[in-house]
Formats: sequence, structure tokens, C-alpha cells
Amino acid sequence: MAIFLTENSKVIVQGITGSEGTKHTTRMLKSGTTIVGGVNPRKAGTKVEIEGQALPVFATVAEAMEATGADVTVIFVPPKFAKDAVIEAIDAGIGLAVVITEGIPVHDSAYFWAHAVATGNKTRIIGPNCPGLISPGKSNAGIIPANITGPGKIGLVSKSGTLTYQMMYELNDIGFSSAVGIGGDPIIGTTHIDALAAFEADPETELIVMIGEIGGDAEERAAAYIKDNVTKPVVGYVAGFTAPEGKTMGHAGAIVSGSAGTAQAKKEALEAAGVKVGKTPSETAALARELFNAK
Amino acid sequence: MDLYEYQAKDLFAAHGVPVLPGDVASTPEEARAIAEKLGQTVVIKSQVKTGGRGKAGGVKLADDPADAQTKAEAILGLDIKGHITRKVLVTVASDIAEEYYFSFLLDRTNRTFLAMASAEGGVEIEQLAVERPEALAKIAIDAITGVDLAKAKEIVAAGKFPEAIADQAAEVVVKLWETFVSEDATLVEVNPLVRDPQDKVIALDGKVTLDENAGFRHPAHADLVDQEAEDPLEAAAKAKDLNYVKLDGEVGIIGNGAGLVMSTLDVVAYAGEKHKGVKPANFLDIGGGASAEVMANGLNIILGDTDVKSVFVNVFGGITSCDAVANGIVSALDILGDKATKPLVVRLDGNNVEEGRRILAEANHPLVTVVDTMDNAADKAAELAAGA
Repeated sequence: MAIFLTENSKVIVQGITGSEGTKHTTRMLKSGTTIVGGVNPRKAGTKVEIEGQALPVFATVAEAMEATGADVTVIFVPPKFAKDAVIEAIDAGIGLAVVITEGIPVHDSAYFWAHAVATGNKTRIIGPNCPGLISPGKSNAGIIPANITGPGKIGLVSKSGTLTYQMMYELNDIGFSSAVGIGGDPIIGTTHIDALAAFEADPETELIVMIGEIGGDAEERAAAYIKDNVTKPVVGYVAGFTAPEGKTMGHAGAIVSGSAGTAQAKKEALEAAGVKVGKTPSETAALARELFNAK
Repeated sequence: MDLYEYQAKDLFAAHGVPVLPGDVASTPEEARAIAEKLGQTVVIKSQVKTGGRGKAGGVKLADDPADAQTKAEAILGLDIKGHITRKVLVTVASDIAEEYYFSFLLDRTNRTFLAMASAEGGVEIEQLAVERPEALAKIAIDAITGVDLAKAKEIVAAGKFPEAIADQAAEVVVKLWETFVSEDATLVEVNPLVRDPQDKVIALDGKVTLDENAGFRHPAHADLVDQEAEDPLEAAAKAKDLNYVKLDGEVGIIGNGAGLVMSTLDVVAYAGEKHKGVKPANFLDIGGGASAEVMANGLNIILGDTDVKSVFVNVFGGITSCDAVANGIVSALDILGDKATKPLVVRLDGNNVEEGRRILAEANHPLVTVVDTMDNAADKAAELAAGA
């Protein structure tokens, strides 16, 4: 098992003909993902040759799903067109939409999220501004480098891409059921809590690592959720203790506003919920290894 | 991007939100000329992006143009919580019957927008929210349906605005919503929104934060950036498309990915506790690519910071493998030549790490020390900064 993405997932790529789309489609195929096609209305009816596969290009997500049975879409379209691309995926009723695009205006994210809610939340949205998710050895939807770790029993959920990679690499001796990069924007689809719930329910996952960063209160709410609902051991890490107030640290959502969103408050909330929180990524990995071996 | 009050009011005026006439001045003479044009008692207001201007002496009444010049002279240059006043807003002074609070903002927790309204305005709103939460109405706004007149009336009623001006306030709220949406703002705040003795509702102050990600829809927003107030290193970094934030430490930081760089700052700060309390000098995320050119641009910015005593390059080779990053560092040092003067501690991990470390070892650059782990590399960088 794994969460959200399995060996049976059939993946399409919105923006497959763009440079990022093509580059990462190649990487996803190399890591064993079943990619069944792509979407670009201007190139509908053609095929793109990637990694020796002739992938059909469709005009819409709905057509791609109809023709291929796709149930996952990975979205690489530029910020200007991302809102329409996500709404199209929602309207087609696809099960999972992974929005990699960085730099989407927050009014656009708020709009497509409201649209998802208004239409009954049939599509799980991951991102935007995220590296996607990987279930090692099964499937990889996004830009996470697949060769840094293998399948195993840790579930990972993280706001940050490179910290996800760092953690996957440090714990590659144990391996991962799934690693989900939920993104660093102020409004995101899948939250820490959604991933925690899925890992708790996933029989293959034995330990959960949760990575957070400054901004918002998602970590505090995740801590409350863990306290009440998660029985598996959880190890946490929070980045941004030294971030000054009022400055955006790379991710649009990574900002301490007044006294809200500090790393210290998040760490304390997690520790109060029984989560062991590492001081550095390496210490966090060591804590995870220790807990895993003690099981 | 946070706007100055005068910029916020310009946006308000452009969207039909009632504001008082006035203009912005950079010199006492300009302030005098504006006061002459307005021809009545004026208020001179320091334009700084922080609260507490009144208490700090940054807001003064002036009876006539000569007085306006004197008062502007006193306020220009005034330091308010570390913000130097470079401009003053000169507006007509208004008689105030009542003060209200109003804002639209992004509600991250509920993944939508929020309207906040209170008939008790003019005070510190965080304080009101804590002390008398029942006096502050919070109404969720659907991002699709937005705020029409009916919704605005509902918000105004929830905020307990007086009946006599409720309809007028609702019309202002609709226009503030138009400002919020059409300018891609994440905050539009009016505190106070006032009722004058003639029962006219006016936005007396204004605070607006714009979403920089929406810049492609608003080319005019680029003009709102205050070049003069920008940190020169931050401005230089922005010109090179680098994600850089100046901090006040001694260890320059370059890394890839926002989360890893934030984490690097923390790890360096911990290491610094053992080395004379040195701290990270900056945040710099060169992104997943980490090409030679980007690396050179990044190093150039950091070496331009005279506070920097050592540099910590912390890269995880994921999408770009470590050999490419190592080549990038070597070429960057070649490009910089004699301009590279500070010791560099490099930590590489991830794909092709052995090859990456071999490339750096072979290059054997006198300034470069390669350390295998992030924690040990941070310690080394802090030690070098403390010893310099």
C-alpha cells in the first residue's frame, strides 16, 4: 500500500509539451510511473515521443480520461493559466490533481479551491507550489528525484521540496511508503492533516515524519489532530526559527506575521502532542531511525 | 508587498472608495505647496510601513501652509520603529463623528477570504480581537461569489455599524472588495473608516498588501516599489531574479529550495552559539537548478555584503545532481576570480555526491572547504566567521 498514489495510478501531464513538462515526464517515466498521455489544447491529436513512448496529447483532461482511464494529473502549466488548468481537472472529475506550478496568485488558488469545495471535493488537490508525491517503486507524480530512496515503511509529509529530498535520502536505509510534498503556498489543497490521516490508515506505514515551516497555523492544527487521532509514532521538524518577522522566506506562505506563524510555536504545539521534534534535519532523521528501530 | 498609506489611498480612490483630498511630499516645501492648494487645516502624516505613527510624533495638524512646512520638516527624517520617514502625506483635516474598523484579508486556515468589521474602530485591532472579540465581526467570503451589495449589508450589520450610515458603508465595502480582488490584494484594511459630522463615510487611513505572484496581471504595481527604501543587496538580488533576504549576521548562506535554506539558517544559528554568537547573514535560495551562472550571481551578492565573514553553500543534489553543482561552484569561483575573498564551506549531498566531492577536491580551490554533513558544515562556517 501507499497513500494517494499507487502502482495502478494512470497519470497524465497537463503542460506535457512545455519544457518543464517534458523534462519531468521523462524523469517520471524513468522512475516507473505509468504515464498515459498529456493535455495541450493547441497540440491535441498529436503524439509526443518521450523515453521511447509515443504519448497521445489530448485537448482536455476529460478527453484524456475518457481515452486512457487516467486518474491522476500532474500540472506544469505556467502561473497565468494554472487556475483554468486546475478547474478543468476538477470539472473532469479526476481523482488526484498534483499542481507543481510555483507562483500562482493566491486569488487564483482561493478560487479553484472554492470551486473544488463547491463541486463536492471529488478531486484531491496536492499543491500548488509543491514537488508532488512519490510512492517509491510504484509511482512518482511530480518532480521528486526517485533515485534517492526506495520503498519502505516511513510516511513523509512536508511543505518543502528540498527538505523532503534530504529526509528521504537520510532515511533511505528504511525507505518510504509514500512521501508527499504539500507545498509552501498560503492556500494549498492537501494539508498535513489529510496526509497524516491517510498514513494512519495505511497498513504499510509504520512511522510518520512531518516537516513544517513558518507561516500560518497548519502545524498547530496538525498537532491537535495527531493528539486525538494518530496512533503511529510521529517525528517532526520545523524550519524557520531564525526568519525575521514580516519577510517572505522563498515560499509565498513562509512568513511570520506579528506573533503568528513562528517556528517556536509550531515546535511547542507538536511536542505537546507527543511528537518528537528534531533540531536539525539530520537530528530529525536520527530520531526517526531510533523510533523505528525501537518498534 | 506592503504599500504606503498614500499608495493604498490612491488605489482606493481609483476604485471609488471615498478618501480625503491630499498629496504626498518628499520635502517641507512640497508639503507647503500642497497645503496651499488644499487651502484649509491639514494633517501631515509620516509614510512608514509600521504602526504607532501618532504616538511617535509622526502625525501632526497644521493650520496654514507655513505651519505645514514646519511640521513636515519635523516629521521628514523621523525614525519610527526603525523606519525612516522619507515622505509625508498632506491631507485635509477631517472632523470625526465616529470611527469604525474594516478589512478584507486572506484566511489561510479556512482557505478563503475573510471580512472583519467593527463599529469600534481607531484602536489596535489585535487588542480589540483579544479583549472584546464580540465587537469584531468575522465573516467568511466565498472566493467565487465574492461580495455584492447584499453581502456587504450583511457584513456591515454584523459589525454593528449604525443604521444611519449602514447603506453608505455597505457601498464602500463593495468598492473595497473590488479593490481587493481587482488589485490582487491579500489585505485591504481601513482603520479608521470614519463618519464625519455630515454623516459621510470616508476611509481615513489605508493599509494594502499586494500579492507579488500576481505581478503579471498588474504591470503598474512595479511602480509601487520604493526603490529608495529597498536594501541595496536585496535590490541587486532581485535584478538577478534571486530569492534573497538580508539578515544581520556574518555567515553568508546559499542553498537550493526555500525549506532547506530556512533550515540552513537555523542550523548555522545553533552552530554560532558555540562560536561567538555568529549568525546567518542572509537567506538565498538559488532554486533547484543551481547552475554555474546562478551560483556565481548568488556568490557575488553575498560577497558584496561587507558583514559576511564566511560563506556556507548547502546544496542537496536532487533534480540537479551534485557533479553539476560542483562544476557550478568551480566555474562560479573562476568567474568571480579575485572578487572571491571569503572562505567557502561547501556541503553537498544527494545524487552523484561522490563525483561532486571529487570535482571539488580536484579543483582544490584555496578558499573552499568541503564538509560531508550539514550540521558539521554549519559548525565549520560559524567557526571560520568567528575567527575572521
